[in-house]
Amino acid sequence: MIAAVIALPALSAALLLSLGNRTNKFGPWMAIGASASSFLIGFWQFLQMLARPEEERTVITTVYEWLAVPAAGFKVDFALQLDQLSISFVLLITFVGTLIHIYSLGYMSHDENQRRFFAYLNLFVAAMLLLVLADNYLLLYVGWEGVGLASYLLIGFWQHKPTAAVAAKKAFVANRVGDFGLSLAIMTMFIVFGSVSFSDVNEGVLGAPAWVSLTIGLLLLLAACGKSAQFPLQSWLLDAMEGPTPVSALIHAATMVTAGVYLIVRSASIFNASEVAQTAVIVIGAISLLMGAIIGAAKDDIKKSLAGSTMSQIGYMVLAAGLGPIGYVFAILHLITHGFFKAVMFLGAGSVMHATDDNVDMRRYGGLSKVMIFTTITFFIGYLAIIGIPPFAGFYSKDHIIEAALSHSWWAGAAVLFGAGLTAFYMTRMVVMTFFSKPRWEDDVHPHESPLSMTLPMILLSIGAASMGIILTNNHMFEHWLEPVTGFVEPEPPFSIQTITIITLSVVATGVLAAIWQYRKIAKVAPKKVSFAVTAARKDLYGDVMNEALLMKPGQALTRALNIFDKSVVDGFVNGLGLFTGGISSRLRKSETGYVRSYAMSIVLGTAILVIVLLIVRL
Amino acid sequence: MNPDAYLVLSGIIFSIGTLGVLLRRNAIVAFMSVELMLNAANLAFVTGARVWGNLDGQTAAFFVMVVAAAEVVIGLAIILTIFRTRNSASVDEASLLRW
Repeated sequence: MIAAVIALPALSAALLLSLGNRTNKFGPWMAIGASASSFLIGFWQFLQMLARPEEERTVITTVYEWLAVPAAGFKVDFALQLDQLSISFVLLITFVGTLIHIYSLGYMSHDENQRRFFAYLNLFVAAMLLLVLADNYLLLYVGWEGVGLASYLLIGFWQHKPTAAVAAKKAFVANRVGDFGLSLAIMTMFIVFGSVSFSDVNEGVLGAPAWVSLTIGLLLLLAACGKSAQFPLQSWLLDAMEGPTPVSALIHAATMVTAGVYLIVRSASIFNASEVAQTAVIVIGAISLLMGAIIGAAKDDIKKSLAGSTMSQIGYMVLAAGLGPIGYVFAILHLITHGFFKAVMFLGAGSVMHATDDNVDMRRYGGLSKVMIFTTITFFIGYLAIIGIPPFAGFYSKDHIIEAALSHSWWAGAAVLFGAGLTAFYMTRMVVMTFFSKPRWEDDVHPHESPLSMTLPMILLSIGAASMGIILTNNHMFEHWLEPVTGFVEPEPPFSIQTITIITLSVVATGVLAAIWQYRKIAKVAPKKVSFAVTAARKDLYGDVMNEALLMKPGQALTRALNIFDKSVVDGFVNGLGLFTGGISSRLRKSETGYVRSYAMSIVLGTAILVIVLLIVRL
Repeated sequence: MNPDAYLVLSGIIFSIGTLGVLLRRNAIVAFMSVELMLNAANLAFVTGARVWGNLDGQTAAFFVMVVAAAEVVIGLAIILTIFRTRNSASVDEASLLRW
């Protein structure tokens, strides 16, 4: 039954891609149907799981024997693990995924490749579901690569634009670096534990030496950095905004980029066993959450600003996942609430772009609240959720992360608190520049509200963004729900919870007020004379420069050196051999004089020599 | 029977033939010298046949004669053609086929 969740969208994608233009008419509807039925099956499974007692909630279904090398003791089944963690993801992916499919119906209605777009979306949903449902790391890796492929195809969907093609390639290459980490981690697991299934690894790591969990943990962290756009592999996410906006909402905000967090939480036993690896996770999360927020605060492109925000929010999740059992639950909680509020804001951004002739420059928006009432309200709910105003979803998840971080160490707590202030600043800036302030668009642009197929998903998602926090944290429901899988320890922050909430809210209020003061007047063109910090933030904190200096330039130097080596040494040897043979033969050629008598002489001499030799060796 | 004298004679004839091939420029003479060498070999063959008392040597001699006859037919034809075109039978002048 659970296999159908993956099979339906996979089948739909295969049909749409293989039957081609014949499916143009009903293709998008079939894709929506596949995704929606996945959600319904997932929801049915969820209800069944609720009906079972807690200790029987993990169900492993072996679909078939996938790989087996008996000689090496290697056996991996195509098996799906349905537990509290994976069903949470299944519901998030299929619910948000279905809504974004519906949204794409309106957003992509004028695109002649609409069918292909829906095929890729279905492919993505199938791969992502495989990723979260796999019961072993190798099958997870298949889904992991599948979402990478779908992400590549969708970022470069408008491949006629060179920027989109380059962005897709960049995302793919950056992801490969992370994938390298995951594949090495899987190999290490097999060598040390002799198995790659979650249960065997969880058992094996208990008695393993410290270096095992440290090595695997760091390799998994590298994988998570690649997929989740965390420092130092973050640079692809901002460029990935070249893809259609529904893609940015689904893949690069709500689901795929959170796969890294899933990986860390799923490998909880490994990280629990290595404090160094955990600290590395926290540091990476803290750096990324601050970097993302700073980049998000400097971008005028609404999608890139949201991408910076995504990086920052995932930084929160990664940091929470690094805190160990006090943070895993909150990392997933924030992941789910973020899935809702970030998706609604991306869809809102898409709606705004739809209204303003695909303009992405926030400096040319302004005052859109007067013409786009649904977009404004839903976006504003997402805004309140992300900056963490009670009772919206982000308040609950982020507050818990702040509590957990504060009970871990002062510096982790300081990073998340400062990040909360920055979040409030850049989100307020975005809302002010887009929906409020004076209109700054061109005279020939006529903003209008988007069609129902686009506003409906936004309304549904905004309801989630508003209510998810209360629903999930009511009576510590989510903690109890996930505890059997991830483990849970109540955080013990140094201050009372009320004090922390007051501190957080005042930091958030400071951020909001600072942004309102800073952007009381907005220039139509970004000011040129800015401080060094703003320049750096506009250039993604020199992420690309760093990549170029550390990786691209040395790589090019290496290829140049190899080229020279090839030209001089390898070619030199081959050419030299040819020249040598040629030279010898042109000299030997002179012996062919054309005089019969000299040939006869050489025959005689040769025979004489032969005879003498035979006599000497007495044959 | 003592074959020494026959073999010495054979060697002398062979040497004369060899020197003829190496030193004479006239194609006909060189050709005759080759015949001398072949017949020197034939003399050695029949000597051997006589000494051992079987027919192997005689047979070989007949083979050589047949091959030599065929060779003479083709060789003389070539020499004749060269003489007709170049008006000379000197082997040194016919040295076009070279590097």
